[in-house]
Amino acid sequence: MWNYTDKVKEHFFNPKNSGVLDSANAVGEVGSITCGDALRLMLKVDSDTQIILDAKFQTFGCGSAIASSSALTEMIIGKTVDEALTLTNRDIAEYLGGLPPEKMHCSVMGAEALRAAIANYKGEAWEDDHEEGELVCKCFGIDAAMIERAVSVNGLTTLEEVTHYTKAGGSCQTCHEKIEEVLEEVLAKTGALTPAKKHTPGTVGLDAIKPLEPKAEPAAAPKLTNVQRMQAIMSAIEEMRPQIQRDGGDVELVDIDGKDIYVRLSGACSGCSQSAGTMMGVQMKLVEKLGEFVRVKPASLMPAHAG
Amino acid sequence: MSQGIYLDNNATTRVDPEVLQEMLPLFTEHFGNASSMHGFGAAVGGKIEWARKQVQALLGAAHDSEIVFTSGGTESDNTAILSALEAYPKKREIVTSVVEHPGVLALCEYLEKKRSYKVHRIPVDGKGNLDMEAYRAALSDQVAIVSIMWANNETGTIFPVEELARMAKEVGALFHTDAVQSVGKIPVKLADSAIDMLSLSGHKLHAPKGIGALYVKRGLRYRPMLRGGHQERSRRAGTENAPGIVGLGAAAQLALVHMGDENTRVKALRDKLEQAILAAVPSCFVTGNPDNRLPNTCNIAFEYIEGEAILLLLNEAGIAASSGSACTSGSLEPSHVMRAMGVPYTAAHGATRFSLSRETTEEEIDRVIAVVPGIIAKLRSLSPYWQQEAGKPKEFAPVYS
Repeated sequence: MWNYTDKVKEHFFNPKNSGVLDSANAVGEVGSITCGDALRLMLKVDSDTQIILDAKFQTFGCGSAIASSSALTEMIIGKTVDEALTLTNRDIAEYLGGLPPEKMHCSVMGAEALRAAIANYKGEAWEDDHEEGELVCKCFGIDAAMIERAVSVNGLTTLEEVTHYTKAGGSCQTCHEKIEEVLEEVLAKTGALTPAKKHTPGTVGLDAIKPLEPKAEPAAAPKLTNVQRMQAIMSAIEEMRPQIQRDGGDVELVDIDGKDIYVRLSGACSGCSQSAGTMMGVQMKLVEKLGEFVRVKPASLMPAHAG
Repeated sequence: MSQGIYLDNNATTRVDPEVLQEMLPLFTEHFGNASSMHGFGAAVGGKIEWARKQVQALLGAAHDSEIVFTSGGTESDNTAILSALEAYPKKREIVTSVVEHPGVLALCEYLEKKRSYKVHRIPVDGKGNLDMEAYRAALSDQVAIVSIMWANNETGTIFPVEELARMAKEVGALFHTDAVQSVGKIPVKLADSAIDMLSLSGHKLHAPKGIGALYVKRGLRYRPMLRGGHQERSRRAGTENAPGIVGLGAAAQLALVHMGDENTRVKALRDKLEQAILAAVPSCFVTGNPDNRLPNTCNIAFEYIEGEAILLLLNEAGIAASSGSACTSGSLEPSHVMRAMGVPYTAAHGATRFSLSRETTEEEIDRVIAVVPGIIAKLRSLSPYWQQEAGKPKEFAPVYS
């Protein structure tokens, strides 16, 4: 059973603004029945003041999808179109008091429907996104642009998080490499970005990161020399060792091969069921320190060198 | 005892109070280790052998020594398959079905990936019936073991295991069946059966969780998965879970007593529930094979709405059911059983399973019948795929799909 907040339950059991808005002059539709959730957002916008006078939704989906849609309509009524555009999926999740990580994609669907509806109002072709952004996940129809938004707004650093937030990669898994590429690009562009702090249950994904300012050019990450980079990696691992040693284990840097960083876990870590989590922790630390996407792998996976 | 209406008995059942009564002394005065050479141990050993006879009787097995107590269905499934592979190391193929429980499917996937076994997964048709031609074609003298469930947990659809076992015999393959859902619900007689091994789980038949059994036909080549002590004739090492075993014995005895009730009164309640829902709710249908299934199970796919939302509203009304929807499991795809049957996505996400037990009453069923249509209508009124006024589905094709 999911641990939904009272706010989620309130919006699920008694959704606000559900149904058809006959006077709508902006409609955004996202999702599909195959994916398991879909949302049609209808807005009535005053053409003089640009204020959203009314909003209604129809949603096919789980409890948190319906709650996210309901919350979204409450959040945007009374706002101007431009104000509404600054809303992100994090705002929706925050409004609901948090969503389980696996359900964050419901808030993303809300934010995407809002963008689609406003594009529709402004007479822009929403499909454009598909042409600029490559379709990354064919199972759920998720393009690169949507993954980029989810990554930058929510400070995502791992493939698993991208799947929780967008569903991309959650089915046949063949797009995992492509998702990692997108992740890598975004992290490279926004090198200064600090990844979200470790999520604590209940407040998932609601840390201090503010949505990126629209159109602000992200500061380019300072380019490290190979030596600087190696030193940064070594000092990051040194910093982590005391904590791991407290649990009776240890971690050692074995090799750096481009984006692949090989480490060896020893002591209590070897064979420990938590070792995957430890590797993930090391990876997050390194991504944070280096401002670039790297993969941390066990030394046992090192490609064998001739001789 | 509970205020809620519990229609999720295929997930787990309540321990019968009589079963609990039988178990309690095993925690207090009869706490001994059955292997010990003193009176404390002997008392427990006798209880375990009594329980073994009860399970033998429920399965209609020829010998009580054919029953090996385990921790449950998954351990029994794993033991059966790994035992066959080890006993016949030269045979490198396994036959199973696409709708098995993960206890079998995930193990087969592992054996395929890590130990290079060839796994034949036999498909099913739209009603969940096994493709017998594909099964026949997959059988050969290379097959070490066939593992096909007796009845499906999601739809209750029953497979012709006796016939499947005979066919496996003809090519010299062992036949194992995961009968976790069927034992205690439909009669079983293994004494004159071609089935070599059978898994059962206590908590599906009003015994506690953490106890199960594997039936191993006498004379079968067998290799234990757990090695250590001589318990269970060295076929499953580890000090016996004596309270659990005695609980399973008592539950097996009760299951035989209630078998008639299960197949008459419970079945009638299931049919009443199903017919009433089908009559009151448009655009829904029964999944699986309604003519050949467990008496307690009914799985209805409600189109154009999503299962988790249905369960949340049912729960609010005090009704516990289960769903094949993606969202309830944390995965992103609807259940493998619904997909294997080719149930369209429009309906697979809304597949809802009601599983009754001998504790289910007519008042409870009447209450569910009264509540379900309103819940479905409420969710459809929220769905962009449903035309409320017309009471039928409508076209809805968002830009990315």
